[in-house]
Amino acid sequence: MALTGVEIFKLLPKTNCKKCGFPTCLAFAMKLAQRQASLDLCPDVSSEARQRLSEASAPPVRPILFGTGDRAVRMGEETVLFRHEKRFVNPTVFALEIKDTLADSEIRDRAADVMGSEIERVGQRLRIDAIALVNDSGTIETFESAASILASHAPSIPIILCTRSPEAARGVLPFYAEKKPILYGMDASNADAMADVAKQFRVTLGIAAKGLDELVHLSEKAKQHGIEDIVIDSGARSAREILEHNTVIRRAAVKKSFRPLGYPIITFAQREDSLAEALIAALGVMKYSSIVVVRSIEKWKCLALFTLRQNMFTDPQVPMQVEQKIYRIGEPTPASPLFITTNFSLTYFIVSGEIENSKTPGYLAVMDCEGLSVLTAWAAGKFTAAKIAQFIRESGAEQLVQHRELIIPGYVAVLSGAIEDKLEGWKVTVGPREANGINAFMKARRQESSHAA
Amino acid sequence: MAMTLPKESFAGRVYSLTIGQPPKKVIFGGENVLPFHSFEGSSPRKPVIAFEIQDVVPDDWPEEIQKPYSEVMGDPALWARFCCETLGAEALALRLAGTHPDRGDRSPADAAETVRSVLSAADVPWIILGSNHAEKDAAVLVAAAEAARGRNCLIGKAQESNYKTIAAAALAHDHKLVAMSELDINLSKQLNILITQMGFDKEKIVIDPMCSALGYGLEYTYSVMERIRLAALAQNDPTMQQPMLGDVGMYVWKVKETQAQEEDVPQWGGLKERAVAWEAVTALALLVAGAELLIMRHPDAVRAVRNAIEELTS
Ligand code: B12
Ligand code: SF4
Repeated sequence: MALTGVEIFKLLPKTNCKKCGFPTCLAFAMKLAQRQASLDLCPDVSSEARQRLSEASAPPVRPILFGTGDRAVRMGEETVLFRHEKRFVNPTVFALEIKDTLADSEIRDRAADVMGSEIERVGQRLRIDAIALVNDSGTIETFESAASILASHAPSIPIILCTRSPEAARGVLPFYAEKKPILYGMDASNADAMADVAKQFRVTLGIAAKGLDELVHLSEKAKQHGIEDIVIDSGARSAREILEHNTVIRRAAVKKSFRPLGYPIITFAQREDSLAEALIAALGVMKYSSIVVVRSIEKWKCLALFTLRQNMFTDPQVPMQVEQKIYRIGEPTPASPLFITTNFSLTYFIVSGEIENSKTPGYLAVMDCEGLSVLTAWAAGKFTAAKIAQFIRESGAEQLVQHRELIIPGYVAVLSGAIEDKLEGWKVTVGPREANGINAFMKARRQESSHAA
Repeated sequence: MAMTLPKESFAGRVYSLTIGQPPKKVIFGGENVLPFHSFEGSSPRKPVIAFEIQDVVPDDWPEEIQKPYSEVMGDPALWARFCCETLGAEALALRLAGTHPDRGDRSPADAAETVRSVLSAADVPWIILGSNHAEKDAAVLVAAAEAARGRNCLIGKAQESNYKTIAAAALAHDHKLVAMSELDINLSKQLNILITQMGFDKEKIVIDPMCSALGYGLEYTYSVMERIRLAALAQNDPTMQQPMLGDVGMYVWKVKETQAQEEDVPQWGGLKERAVAWEAVTALALLVAGAELLIMRHPDAVRAVRNAIEELTS
């Protein structure tokens, strides 16, 4: 557990000299406890106290940067067990397994799959982040050859080099000298030699333990070798073990500040059956894996896993939002209907999807309500008649459509009169409450207008 | 440094709940740990998955989910037998979708007739649901509860606006009750309290905190479920100790990811695999968050989730 303000205070010089910019040592200690100030501000703190304080203030799960450049990913830094307490920080890294026994052309194809895996969803660009090259052949030459292919065909993709052989590790690491790879494969039989290699090449070391006790032991050993950046694998492979071990590891790190387990977890989720693998990977995303290794990355599977990762790692306090503007659904003409809603991503995607389903082209005016749903925004005073009127006037809607009819969500039917008062020349129509009523609503309108004609 | 595993034990326990009649009853709930945390407490029952069938031809279901049932979905009794005999369903959920004013507006008497016919076609435990039209459901579920008398079904969904009638019907005909609120732990708790104040046994309620599909608010359902479960276990709150329901199929099979053809969205991959994965991943997420009972649609998704449950519990 992190130190309290009072515990920190006891370690400070207690002279109240104010050089830190705070009136008293106690005030400064309180800020430190809240992680709102840096210890460096106090010039007089003893080196012994400094060490104790920096150990205690280190994040419970060590932050580690994996890879370099645009594709580098951050891992660790997690502080909670449940996403409603505080946002999960660094989204799970997905890595595709590539065995060194594959033919060269296959290795290139798989690397290309990873490079081409990016898709966009709810405004975010999502992709398979990394490659896990596995020394399945057990020979150094084959491993080196595969590593050299990847180094030249997918040079920007962060890589996990998986081998139990320190010699093989020494053989491939030069290909990734300054690229912050992970060397995975320190186990009970090779611990000292692997730690030496990781130290020599200054890379993150992946521990391959058999069980939690051995994991603690190996993690301490790596630390004794002076290795700071570590990712940990307890050997959990079944769903049950993954859930149990990951939970114990995260609890030990977050609740007990137990340093030997305060590292990102790597989970090997490979399964013959692709859907079964997707579910194991999903379990890793929900339950604390920082890296999940899979053996296949079909597009459907990527979409499902990326979406789950996005859901789990959104901030429970700050909802996802879309840009305020008038969106075109289908191929609308100036006669097409104009709908309005709020800019909560979820609301936008549901409503635009339903307009699309109704096969009626239309315009959807999305108003900035700080990412709140329709009713929430209305209750919070952000989706009011005056604001809607102002938005419609300034949005350019009057140039897009010839008619002057605005369809509002059924839940805010009470606003219709007030909007008409404030938006001169416009008629407000109350739509259905649920977006899934839009189809029937549009159908009824079409029938009505054909009767009229 | 030696480490004693940081295990957690809780004062609270989830009620265990039975639906159906021997020998085909199912029991779920009963655990005193977080989902699948059997390493630190007792978790005596596996989650149950019910296949969903409907009283009318589900012509609003997208193509991929109509396919497995195309031969049987014109006849609810046939459909029910198909789920049991061919798909190995351990429980079934009948959704009386055709009673919705926009979907045919079938009468409570029609609904009761369907209930009688499906219940006699399959002797598995049954969940009987209205069409989610609060007013109409009150009338429909009263008739359905009576028609299902003696079968110890799970009836729903009782919501804030109609719980009185539905809870009274479940009570009168000896059924269990789904209590649904909209993604808010306090509303859920309040509804449970209101229902028990009517004299309804708190241990005969199943909480439905409202489902949402992967990518469409799943994180809200996930977190509300986690919070409800923590309230049950860590705070030992007797008004939150009911098992939870994830009504998965209904929410998943209306989103775009389960319908868009691959040629229209090539970057999303094959439709069949995508749609099945959408349902399976949503279901697994709710199980991990705390659901003990799921209502699902696609046989392949059910199979995958069953296998995952097996792996999580053995
Ligand atoms: C999650 C949630 C929150 C989250 C916010 C999430 C978000 N991004 O908006 C948080 C926790 C922050 C929150 C806060 C509050 N909330 Co709130 N919240 C909810 C909850 C549970 C779900 C909202 C949601 O995500 N809905 C899903 C989206 C997709 O729904 P939607 O935007 O309405 O869209 C649907 C329809 O409106 C329709 N639709 C949308 N656009 C359009 C357009 C057209 C043309 C058509 C035809 C249809 C249509 O289609 C959609 C799907 O069917 C609801 C209860 C509920 N289930 O509705 C309460 C609810 C909306 N909240 C409520 C309240 C009161 C509040 C607070 C004021 C509470 C408080 N006292 O602090 C605050 C206000 C926020 C603030 N900043 O001040 C009330 C509103 C009551 C009322 N009738 O006015 C609700 C209904 C709960 C309740 N019953 O008390 N809330
Ligand atoms: S600078 Fe250090 S000694 Fe001076 S007041 Fe601040 S904390 Fe105390």
